[in-house]
Amino acid sequence: MTEAWEVSYDTQIPNNIGLSSDRRVLKALEKWHPGYIDWWKGSGPDGFLEDLVYLRTAISVDPKGWAKFDYVKMPEYRWGILLAPQVEGRVIPCGQHYGELAWQEVPGEYRSLMRRLIVIQGDTEPASVEQQRYLGKTAPSLYDMRNLFQVNVEEGRHLWAMVYLLQKYFGADGREEANELLKRQSGSEEKPRMLGAFNEETPDWLSFFMFTYFTDRDGKMQLEALAQSGFDPLSRTCRFMLTEEAHHMFVGETGVGRTIQRTCEAMNAAGITDPNDINAVRSLGVIDLPTIQKKLNLHYTLSLDLFGREVSTNAANAFNAGIKGRYQEPKIDDDHMLTDATYPVAEFTDGKIMVKDVPALTAINMRLRDDYTNDAAGGVKRWNAIIKKHGIDFELNLPHEGFHRKIGVFEGAPITPGGLVLSPEEWAAKRDEWLPSKADGDFIQSLMVTVREPGEYAGWIAPPRVGIDNKPGDFEYVQIYDA
Amino acid sequence: MNALVKQHLIDPEICIRCHACEEACPKDAISHNSDNVVVDAGICDGDMSCIGPCPTGAIDNWLMVAAPHPLETQFEWMELPEAVTHSPVEAQPDPPARDATSTTKKRRPPKIPAPASASEPVINLHTPSRPVEVEVQGNYRLTGEGTEADIHHIILSLEGVDYPVLEGQHVGIALPGKDANGRSHAQRRYTISSPRDGERPGKGNISLTVRRIPGGLCSNYLCDLKRGDKIEITGPYGASFLMPNDPAARLIMICTGTGAAPFRAFTMRHQRVMPEVTGALHLFFGARSPDQLPYFGPLAKVPDSLLTKHFAFSRVEGAPKQYVQDKLREDADSIAPMFGQPTTHIYVCGLKAMEKDVEAALAEIAASTGQDWDKLRDEMTNSGRYHIETY
Repeated sequence: MTEAWEVSYDTQIPNNIGLSSDRRVLKALEKWHPGYIDWWKGSGPDGFLEDLVYLRTAISVDPKGWAKFDYVKMPEYRWGILLAPQVEGRVIPCGQHYGELAWQEVPGEYRSLMRRLIVIQGDTEPASVEQQRYLGKTAPSLYDMRNLFQVNVEEGRHLWAMVYLLQKYFGADGREEANELLKRQSGSEEKPRMLGAFNEETPDWLSFFMFTYFTDRDGKMQLEALAQSGFDPLSRTCRFMLTEEAHHMFVGETGVGRTIQRTCEAMNAAGITDPNDINAVRSLGVIDLPTIQKKLNLHYTLSLDLFGREVSTNAANAFNAGIKGRYQEPKIDDDHMLTDATYPVAEFTDGKIMVKDVPALTAINMRLRDDYTNDAAGGVKRWNAIIKKHGIDFELNLPHEGFHRKIGVFEGAPITPGGLVLSPEEWAAKRDEWLPSKADGDFIQSLMVTVREPGEYAGWIAPPRVGIDNKPGDFEYVQIYDA
Repeated sequence: MNALVKQHLIDPEICIRCHACEEACPKDAISHNSDNVVVDAGICDGDMSCIGPCPTGAIDNWLMVAAPHPLETQFEWMELPEAVTHSPVEAQPDPPARDATSTTKKRRPPKIPAPASASEPVINLHTPSRPVEVEVQGNYRLTGEGTEADIHHIILSLEGVDYPVLEGQHVGIALPGKDANGRSHAQRRYTISSPRDGERPGKGNISLTVRRIPGGLCSNYLCDLKRGDKIEITGPYGASFLMPNDPAARLIMICTGTGAAPFRAFTMRHQRVMPEVTGALHLFFGARSPDQLPYFGPLAKVPDSLLTKHFAFSRVEGAPKQYVQDKLREDADSIAPMFGQPTTHIYVCGLKAMEKDVEAALAEIAASTGQDWDKLRDEMTNSGRYHIETY
C-alpha cells in the first residue's frame, strides 16, 4: 500500500504506477514527452517560460502529500501520472455488470467506446491551455497570474493522465490517439478541438473566470461520471484528477466573486444605487453587474451544450456497459441499472416547452446536466450574497435551459433567459440584452491592464480574502525573469 | 465530561463546494447539501487529512463552542458565526467579559432558553486572560480498576474565590504551558457535577467528572492532579442547561458515561432543598458495565422515591447489549404519562452518538400517547424544557 502512495521521481516521468518496471509504456511515454514539451512551448502560456512560478506539485496521492508548493519554471514542471490508490475488491457500480469486480483491463467489447470517451476527455485538457495562451500578459495581479498557470499546468497533467491510459491499455490505436491530442488546436480551421466550447477564445479575465467556473465544472461532472467507471484504472485516474480540478473551480468562483465585490464597492463609494446605470458604473473602471450577467448567460449555455443531447443512446450504452456512471452513483438509492425508471426531460415542439418522462437509461446526459446545474447554482447564490451584502438591488440568475442552445431539443430555439418563447426576429432584436455584445467585450478588454507589483490588483477586481498556501497579501507569486 | 473541544468548521464564504475534503476524509465526517459542505463534530477526530486538498483554505477553521453546531445549522449558514479564529493554533475561547452579571457584547443569548423557574446564572466571570487559581482538594477514581473507563471525581476548593455556580454549568480549564507554537493551550470545559453550595452544604467547593482520554492533554492533566495542586480555571459558563426550581417540575434525565455529571448535581440539589418532593426525578443511565458507570455505588443509595434509576449496560457478559434508548423503550410506561405535561423537563447529556437514537425512542413514546414528537419537542425546547448536551 505504501508504495502506491509515493510518487516515483527516479524516471523522467513522476508516477505512482510502477512505470520503471513497465518498459513498454515507459518507452512510449518517453517518446511522447518531447512532443508534449514542444506543444507546451508553442501552445502553452505565451512568454513566461523563464519565470519562477509558485506552483503546487503532487508528490504523492495521499491527501497529506499531494499539495507541495515551490517556485518552478513551467517547462520544468514535473507532470506525472498519478492514480488514486486502488480500492481492494471494488465492484462495478452500475449497469448490466452491476456488482461484478471492476475490470483491471479493458474488456474487448467496450474497447472502442471506452477509447472514444478517454480521447474526448483528453482533448479538452490541452484545448483549454491553448484557449488561455495569451491571458498571462494581462493578468490583474501576480496572484491571478499564478492561479492561471496552476490551472494550465494541471490541465497539462490531466492530458498526461489520459495519454497514459491510451498508451497502456489501447495499443497502437492508443499511441496514435495520443499523438493526435497534440496535433489538434483550439480554434484551428483544419484540425479543431473536438468540442465546440473548446474552440472559443478566452479573450479576457472575466471570460477566464466564467470559463473555469462553468466550463471546467462540466469537466468536473464528466470526471465524476468517469470516476464511477467499471474500468478501474480510468476510475482511479479520474478520482485523483478531481482533487486538482477543485482548484479550477476555486479560481472561477472566487474570480467572479472578486469582480462583483469590486464593482459593488466602487458603486457604494461613488453613491451609485442603480445597478442598471451602466455608463455611470463603467465610468468607475469596474464591470457593471448586467454585463456580468451577460457573460454568465454565455458561458453557462455553452457549457450546457457540452453535455450533449438530453436523450442519448450512446450515453445509455456507456452507462449500461458500466463504463460511465452517474454523479455520485454509489450514493443514489435505486437499482443502479435503471430497468424501469423514468426521468423528466424537456421537449420543444410547436413552439411549446413541455416536460415528458422518458426512460432514465436514455436520459443519463440530462441527469448529469441537472446535477451540474445544481452544482453551478451554489456559486451564483454566493455571488448574490456579495451583492446583497453591499445593499445593491440586483440578482444574478442562471438562464433557462432553452436559452441560447446549439445542441439538443432547444437547438436554435428563440427562448429568453426567463424561459419565454419569442419569434426568431424578436429574439434576434434582443440578443444584445442577454449576451455580451462587441461593445461589451471592448469595454471589458479596455480594463485588462497588467499589474505586476506584489500585493497590487487591477482596479476592476478585489484582492482575495486568503492567499494561496496561506501566503501573506504581498507575496510574490510569480518572480518575473527580467532579461 | 463535557470538555468541549474546538469544533472544526468550513467557512461557507470561502468554500467552493468542490468536495475534495469530503473525498479525503478517512472518517466520512464531511458531507454536503446543495449549499454547504459541513463537518460532523461527532465524527471528526481532527485527523487533518482534509486540510491539504482544500484549494481555498475554507477548511481550516476552528471554533470554541459550548455545544457543537449541528449539521442542520451548518447547512443554513451563509457565513461562519462570530468569534471564529482562522487557524487551530490561534484558537482561543470566549471573549472576555467585563461585567460578571451580564453577557459580553459578542455573546448571543442562548438559543435554547433555560427553564422558566431556573436561577439566574453568572457567566464569564473569569476569562482566559484572567483565570483564577484554585486548589485541588481530592482526586478519586470512580470506575473499577482495570476497567477500560478511567473516570475521575476531582474536587476543587473555591475558598476565597468568587466563583458562583449553578447545577449544569461548566468550568473552563486553563492548561499550564504553551503548545508547540508557543501559544496558550485552547481551554477545555467540564460540567460541574456538584450542586451550587458545594460537595457538602456550605463547603464552598465544586467537583468535576473527568474521563481519561488516551493522549488527551487536558484529561490526563486533570486525572493526574494530586491533593494540594493548584490549577487555573475560567468561567463559569452555560446559561441554558440549568435545573428548574419549581417543586412541581418533573425531570427525565438521560445520559451516558460522564454525561451523568450535571444529573448528579441536579439530584443532590433536589435532595437538599426539597427532599419531601418525591417522584420528580427519573434517570436513564447507560454505560458498558456497572463498574464503568461513574457514581454507581453512591447512586444506589439514593432512595427510589427521590430518583428512579434505569440503568442500561452494553457490555455485560451473558446479557444482551442494552443501550440507553433500549432502556427508554423498555421502561416507557413509567415516563409516558409525563409526555405533554407542562411541568415535564427532558435533559440529554453524553456522547453525540446516542442523540439520534434517544430522540427516536422519545418520539416513539410520544407517539404511544398520541402526541406528535416534533411538535412537542419544539414546544418544550422553546419553553426551556428540552435540553441536549452531547459531545
